[in-house]
Amino acid sequence: MPANRFNAFTDYGIGLGLRVPHYAHILEQKPTCDWFEIISENFMVDGGRPLHVLDQILEQYRVVQHGVSMYFGSADQPDRAHLKKLKALVRRTKTPWLSDHLCWGSVDGTFTHDLLPMPYTLAAAKRTAEKIRQVRDYLEVPICVENVSSYAEFHVSEMTEWEFLSEVVERADCGILLDVNNIYVSAQNHSFDPYDYLRGVPADRVGQIHVAGHTKFEQYLLDTHDHPVLDPVWKLYAQAIRQCGVTATLLEWDDKIPSFEEVHDEAMKANAFIAGARTAKAAKRTAKTHTALAPP
Amino acid sequence: MPRSTLPTPSGLKPPPKHAPRRLRTDADLRALQRMMTHALLQPLTADDELAPRWRDGRPMAEVAAEFIKPNDRLSSFERLQIYARGYWFRVIDGVYEDHPGLRALLGDKKFSALVRAYLAKYPSRSFTMRNLSSRLPQFIREAPRWTAPRTALAHAVARFEWAQTIAFDAAALPVLTAAEIARTPPARLRLGLQPYVSLLAVDWPVDDYVMAVKTRDALRREASHAVEHGPRPAARKKIPLPRRRRVFIVVHRYPHRLYYKRVDSAGFKILTALAAGRTLARAVAAAGRGVTPRQVGEWFATWMELGWFCRR
Repeated sequence: MPANRFNAFTDYGIGLGLRVPHYAHILEQKPTCDWFEIISENFMVDGGRPLHVLDQILEQYRVVQHGVSMYFGSADQPDRAHLKKLKALVRRTKTPWLSDHLCWGSVDGTFTHDLLPMPYTLAAAKRTAEKIRQVRDYLEVPICVENVSSYAEFHVSEMTEWEFLSEVVERADCGILLDVNNIYVSAQNHSFDPYDYLRGVPADRVGQIHVAGHTKFEQYLLDTHDHPVLDPVWKLYAQAIRQCGVTATLLEWDDKIPSFEEVHDEAMKANAFIAGARTAKAAKRTAKTHTALAPP
Repeated sequence: MPRSTLPTPSGLKPPPKHAPRRLRTDADLRALQRMMTHALLQPLTADDELAPRWRDGRPMAEVAAEFIKPNDRLSSFERLQIYARGYWFRVIDGVYEDHPGLRALLGDKKFSALVRAYLAKYPSRSFTMRNLSSRLPQFIREAPRWTAPRTALAHAVARFEWAQTIAFDAAALPVLTAAEIARTPPARLRLGLQPYVSLLAVDWPVDDYVMAVKTRDALRREASHAVEHGPRPAARKKIPLPRRRRVFIVVHRYPHRLYYKRVDSAGFKILTALAAGRTLARAVAAAGRGVTPRQVGEWFATWMELGWFCRR
């Protein structure tokens, strides 16, 4: 199910994050890339070079917006001025869907610029779902919420993270941006089985997938986006696409950014898993057909 | 019990006395989020560790344990510390990148102390980290001890560097053409300055100073790439401090690149008067008698070519 209502029935393949060190290469060399994911906040400005670059990118490529400051889980109401700027950008990019994180990061209008974990409670799920609905209704574009990596859990939590994610997306009737690296990082930090998480996610709501690299410290993993994707994350990715279908996938590489080619080559590794999933699916279909055609 | 002497971060409401034990309402959610935000915003220790004491003097470990679960590897305090470090390193980096000049002027240690004190008082009130430094010039004036004995120069450099952020991505309004200007008599004509243009009258040539710092840093980066596998590049060359001299700088962009343009005192008076809403005739009169109509004509020709004027 690569195309669903949460990614506006598009059939996007493998994308890359649009990052400043690659601007010159992309604009001059025009490399092949199915789509770029932009960080919305980098372009929610009133003018200047960021929008000039974006407009040139939009002439050549498909762009999907990914946000880092909507803070669906914050107790604060959505900020109208922020939404207005975001909507102007949505109109400019014509993003088929928009993603942001299932987290909070501001209170009373003070911002931490972090993706802080939610308390997994029903009250928080209801509040978060309501906010997602408000934002979607204002922006008039499908929304996918992304699971974050986390390093702490709250005493008040009443359910697992994947139960919370499911509760929120069902109540908001929105999609999921499934970050398999974040699942892996959180699984290691909180000692759960990442495959339990995958099994607990409503697969029909997954509109996009993220893969990324992380860093291992002695007592925890940190989601750093400054490495190639590690093997256990690719394995989890393979399982995710078996479960969800071949889905628009994006490699995040945000720090110690190497050349465009290196990032592109890393992202293209996803193709091997996508091919594997397609072969498995075709084999399953053939077996089904043979069973159906077999004489009784 | 020792009490904290930290300033209350501007704009943030006080946290609850204790973290909520259950989360049933929006108010509970807000209380939990205030609690954690206050913990993250408390400045780290000199060793970059989470502050050992909460605002009311209780051990931070006790407070962290109220709302964060420990696990088999990390205590509640240590888990909270991961986020506190992440917060502080991120926002310090954000200011660091935008202020190479101020950094060079104060030195890394003093700059770091200034930024920590600044962000402890003025945490971000914007969804974007682009605005992190917006109140830094104001803070330098309010708390001179972090920049003494060079507070006035530090203030000028901080203003100049913030003006660059504005020039980078502030709005550009439709440019007024000569024909549009000619349609209104100077006694009634009011010109607007583009939102991305900043006018700075400062007592040091901070533009030359910051440019010298940037050039040095760029050369050093190149050298560092060239000797990636060899010996370390030479230590950072010290840029001489600027000598006191009144200069008038316009920070702007053209068409998408940043520029600093010096203007003379009379030109600056005209631009400042226009920015304040004076008519063209009164703005030109503000320049004084020593300015010839020809000079004024040449200045306007340049300024219009640069696209500085828009409708008010």
